[in-house]
Amino acid sequence: MSKRIDVKDLNVYYGNFLAVEDVNINIEAKSVTAFIGPSGCGKSTFLRTLNRMHEVLPGARVEGEVLLDGDNLYGPGVDPVTVRSQIGMVFQRPNPFPTMSIRDNVLAGVKLNNKKISKGAADALVEKSLMGANLWNEVKDRLDKPGSGLSGGQQQRLCIARAIAVEPQVILMDEPCSALDPISTLAIEDLINELKDQYTVVIVTHNMQQAARVSDKTAFFNIAGTGKPGKLIEFGNTHTIFSNPTQKATEDYVSGRFG
Amino acid sequence: MTTNSLTTSPGAGRAGDKVFSGAAMAAGCLILAVLFGVALFLVVQSIPALTAQPEQIQGGHGFFAYIGPIVVGTLIAAVIALVIATPVSVGVALFISHYAPRRLASGLGYVVDLLAAIPSVVYGAWGAAFLAKEISPAYDWLANNMGWLPIFQGPASATGKTILTAGIVLSVMVLPIITSLSREIFLQTPKLHEEAALALGATRWEMIRMAVLPFGRPGIVSAIMLGLGRALGETMAVALVLSSGVLTASLIQSGNQTIAAEIALNFPEASGVKVNTLIAAGLVLFVITLGVNMVARWIITKHKEFSGAN
Repeated sequence: MSKRIDVKDLNVYYGNFLAVEDVNINIEAKSVTAFIGPSGCGKSTFLRTLNRMHEVLPGARVEGEVLLDGDNLYGPGVDPVTVRSQIGMVFQRPNPFPTMSIRDNVLAGVKLNNKKISKGAADALVEKSLMGANLWNEVKDRLDKPGSGLSGGQQQRLCIARAIAVEPQVILMDEPCSALDPISTLAIEDLINELKDQYTVVIVTHNMQQAARVSDKTAFFNIAGTGKPGKLIEFGNTHTIFSNPTQKATEDYVSGRFG
Repeated sequence: MTTNSLTTSPGAGRAGDKVFSGAAMAAGCLILAVLFGVALFLVVQSIPALTAQPEQIQGGHGFFAYIGPIVVGTLIAAVIALVIATPVSVGVALFISHYAPRRLASGLGYVVDLLAAIPSVVYGAWGAAFLAKEISPAYDWLANNMGWLPIFQGPASATGKTILTAGIVLSVMVLPIITSLSREIFLQTPKLHEEAALALGATRWEMIRMAVLPFGRPGIVSAIMLGLGRALGETMAVALVLSSGVLTASLIQSGNQTIAAEIALNFPEASGVKVNTLIAAGLVLFVITLGVNMVARWIITKHKEFSGAN
């Protein structure tokens, strides 16, 4: 239940502005890949192209290929809706639907496309997904309460539960801990470690320690200057990137000399 | 010396604060005073009509026999207007906020706002001189084919000046109100929630149902209530369009009357208790509007926990 992603010669544009240039990367199935780099280097933009969420912004487009186990996400006739149901996403700020209960939040993705689900199956799925997001014990007595009543960290785990309830192939996380306190961050990091047993996880983070803690592989993105496109500088095993990078820029960044 | 140095504050800057809070307070009090004054006027002037002998009131059966049918007529016209305008308005608002290309959206929004700027007497004239004539064949059809429904019982009015025509004209008039408010609410849907829905694999319509409509619900209810307020109180258009008469169930025969039109048509020539009767009718309209607004508030607060405001 997880697939690999191969990106070939990907350019991302906003209108005529080249935001990310020429990315080639191979993301293994059932692994955690971290994207690090200074602000504005295009790592979040690039992450969004992996499930076509960048198309939400008018004028955003890509050139190149993103292959999910060999199938091009940008092939002719591919519906972004299908892509997103296979490649889930967790956002920077927790965004459970405020008008829905905890239970309905978990089931939100499952009920799409007019899919019917029996109450028993729904209950089982809610429990399984919340268990999978390490949230079950905290919310099992208040599944009918609004999701917005939870703490920030709990809301973020609820969003993860919502994402895994649809059993995606890949989970993308866009700085999932940047709005959370250290304890909640730890809970999410533990969860990421468990998720990689079943899912391919790609995480963008500003926090280099976090990348070092949770990821198997790390990609370092950088930008030459304002108005220049972001580029993938180096991609390799996390341990190598942090201890013995081949590029000078990577070394400067991970050692804290800039960024 | 035991003076606390913190007690001596530089006086400058505080004066502005006081003036502003005073002005805001005065504005708040003024609106309450005006509302209270109007309510008091209505109540005091209504008392003679409420205490008068039944035969002194128009119709000869007392005030409530007089007001009952026109209350129902008012509600019928308002309900017709909302039943037509609400789905259209929400649809137009969604089209402007989420479907239309940006340039078309702003143009369309402008046109809709322009609809609100047309004086009601113009709508009335349009309804009476054009719409009523054009729509009467449709009423004939309804009478022939749907006549078994009491609301479409024939014979249809030959002039088309019926409560249904009035309701349709009213719906056009409330449409811009509901549309503009709903559009503003829909545009304020947090990007975060829209993206949450899209990232789960929602289509655009599913995203709207998951994120936009639930978020906008209290706003839509408020917009409908404002529209209802206009539909209940609209005078000129109804007075021109409707060929009024006694209360009838059929919407396509002439007949029925609304409170506002009744007041407007009769007030100039009224005297004595008749004036009090009409003012009492105004009081009833006031109470209906108040009641409707309270129900709307109640609907909104009932769902507060899930409103997203927390």
